[in-house]
Amino acid sequence: MAKIIGDIAINNERCKGCEVCIAACPFTVIAMSKEVNSKGYHFAIKVNGECTGCTNCAIVCPDGVITVYRAKVATV
Amino acid sequence: MEEQFAKTEIRKPENIVYKKTDLMVDRPLSYCPGCGHGTAHRMLMEVLEEMDIADKTIGVSPVGCSVLAYDFLNIDMLGAAHGRAPALATAIKRLWPNHFVFTYQGDGDLAAIGTAETIHACNRGENITIIFINNGIYGMTGGQMAPTTLPGMRSSTSPYGRDVATMGHPLKITELISHLPGVYYVTRQAVHTPNHVRKTKKAIRKALELQKENKGLCFIEIVSNCNSGWKMTPVQSNKWMEENMFPFYQLGDIKVDGKLIELPKTS
Amino acid sequence: MGELRLMKGNEAIAEAAIRAGCDGYFGYPITPQSEVMEYLMAEKPFERTGMVVLQAESETASINMLYGGAGTGKMVLTSSSSPGISLMQEGISYLAGAELPAVIVNIVRGGPGLGTIQPSQADYFQAVKGGGHGDYHSLVYAPASVQEMCDHVKLAFDKAFEYRTPVMILSDGAIGQMMEKVVLFDQVPRRTDEEIIKQCPWASNGRPKTRNHNIITSLDLDPAGQERVNLKLQAKYREMEKNEVMYEEIMCEDADYLFVAFGLSARICQKSTDLARAKGIKVGLFRPITLFPFPAIQVSNVGNRVKGILVVEMNAGQMIEDVKLSVGCKVKIEHFGRFGGIIPSPDEVVKALEQKIIGG
Ligand SMILES: Cc1ncc(C[n+]2csc(CCOP(=O)(O)OP(=O)(O)O)c2C)c(N)n1
Ligand code: SF4
Ligand code: SF4
Ligand code: SF4
Ligand SMILES: [Mg+2]
Repeated sequence: MAKIIGDIAINNERCKGCEVCIAACPFTVIAMSKEVNSKGYHFAIKVNGECTGCTNCAIVCPDGVITVYRAKVATV
Repeated sequence: MEEQFAKTEIRKPENIVYKKTDLMVDRPLSYCPGCGHGTAHRMLMEVLEEMDIADKTIGVSPVGCSVLAYDFLNIDMLGAAHGRAPALATAIKRLWPNHFVFTYQGDGDLAAIGTAETIHACNRGENITIIFINNGIYGMTGGQMAPTTLPGMRSSTSPYGRDVATMGHPLKITELISHLPGVYYVTRQAVHTPNHVRKTKKAIRKALELQKENKGLCFIEIVSNCNSGWKMTPVQSNKWMEENMFPFYQLGDIKVDGKLIELPKTS
Repeated sequence: MGELRLMKGNEAIAEAAIRAGCDGYFGYPITPQSEVMEYLMAEKPFERTGMVVLQAESETASINMLYGGAGTGKMVLTSSSSPGISLMQEGISYLAGAELPAVIVNIVRGGPGLGTIQPSQADYFQAVKGGGHGDYHSLVYAPASVQEMCDHVKLAFDKAFEYRTPVMILSDGAIGQMMEKVVLFDQVPRRTDEEIIKQCPWASNGRPKTRNHNIITSLDLDPAGQERVNLKLQAKYREMEKNEVMYEEIMCEDADYLFVAFGLSARICQKSTDLARAKGIKVGLFRPITLFPFPAIQVSNVGNRVKGILVVEMNAGQMIEDVKLSVGCKVKIEHFGRFGGIIPSPDEVVKALEQKIIGG
């Protein structure tokens, strides 16, 4: 069996904490950090491992700070 | 710091399904958090990348919040005086007829100070693409009333709400220019949700494909938020936009293949 | 030898533009210069050389079309008359700020406001001192004949590209409308796109993968950066002052008195010079051909050898300020002008010399 798994990498320093990505994620993968980046913004972080790599968050991120990965992996 | 929930095993270049295009210059955008300008920029650049026409594209940026668009879009650009972008684009396209030429303009730029340039470029049927960011306000100068500001909507120069009796009605310039025979494709889109973004991108692609065929002017309005000017959080502003802007500025195609589309009536 | 033709000044401008290899003309009708675009549309340079000719919706649009074309490295021209040139000031300021080459012809008519359609020189200040906002100058040529209308177009394009600056040809309704013999220079082929890309590496005409993107703008939000822009412009103007000054001296060697006049006024003064000399008054004529850069040293050299100077202009006294600044206060300097579209007669000018300078 194989299944699709996804992952996102967020450029914390470029994130402006607008939260637009949160609403876009069907699996509530994203939330805001408690800490702030060097610009003083709370930044987007992953809060679970449910990402399917659907790209919604990345497409809608105004600052284009999200990179999305997706791969087929074998399951046992 | 160890990143939680990272699936490091799939973080390989061949597994990347989305990343910011290299046609966006690698620098922070000057826009407020959550502002639609950034998304609109990126979709435009993605289309140029997919069509592989960046080296044959000349862009014209406006005066407004996106005045620095030329710093972010990694293509040759000219910064126009306030409202004059369609005049620049007209000359550029006539002088470089095999290049792709677009303007990127705000609502104050396009529908107030630049109304004449807009209408006449449309009416001449210039083979250019106009990307029109309608946020119902003058973002850059601090949230003053724009020609597109909704009735009753507050701004720094309509602090008690736009009174149409004294301040005039919001101008649907997109509908206005759609009636001009020189205009071939007119659509109104948004960039605040993934689906809207995807549709916007398709519209931009269509416009640039049509430009290649010299079909006439293509006009894409993007209804967008200005959370700073509207004095809301980005998420609130997107909701407010859906509830207030979209009923007045209905999304969807307005003119396709040179023919006007009948819009469904709002209740 | 070039082709000899009898032409109106305005037509000479248009024909010279085609022959200079101009890529695009953008304009809006206004008397007394509408013949420029009329000639172009009739002549169809789009078929002759591939030159674009477009009637714009306004002078505001025309000048911004110039900005667009110039920003891509193309050779662009507009023409208008005073009220239209006022409308173009925003664009000229942007051209100067973004350092773009463009040629603007002003066939001046009397003002202020809608004024009159008759010839005038009342736009001297506007042309020479900047005109729009910010600290800038256009290079300004003042032709005095149909031949110069033709020749200055070519010169203006050369200098516009050499200095990356707007260049203005400041003429007037009389020279625009008068018919004279003109020797036309031979057709210069329009540059190919490849040649333009090579000649103008700064221009925004499509970024190949081999270079960074080009940006045409006059904006620099950082005051230090904007000061650098200004210093660069000023250095350019000093260079022009060193290299580009043009003037003509007529019968100045033995002169006791001097007329200083440009364009149409200089033609009249030339007749006045003959009339005065017939009366035994030794007068010479100094004619600035470039108004910016102003021939300050040259007019000072001649001016300080004479007993008095009459500055003759079809305005209320504009160039006289530059003459006074150049010559200093040791010599008597007076102004004689007619305005509102009235051309002074050579007799009037001699009388003014006698009354204001010799007798006064
Ligand atoms: C001739 C001129 N008038 C006024 C301004 C000031 N100004 C700069 S941006 C702007 C409004 C821009 O609003 P809009 O086009 O809606 O763009 P936004 O910032 O909302 O994206 C104004 C009035 C100017 N730069 N130039
Ligand atoms: S790629 Fe899709 S699933 Fe993954 S975090 Fe983004 S929106 Fe959620
Ligand atoms: S949309 Fe982008 S900028 Fe906004 S919070 Fe999410 S990652 Fe950060
Ligand atoms: S002021 Fe408004 S339009 Fe300008 S960047 Fe901020 S949110 Fe965007
Ligand atoms: Mg706006």
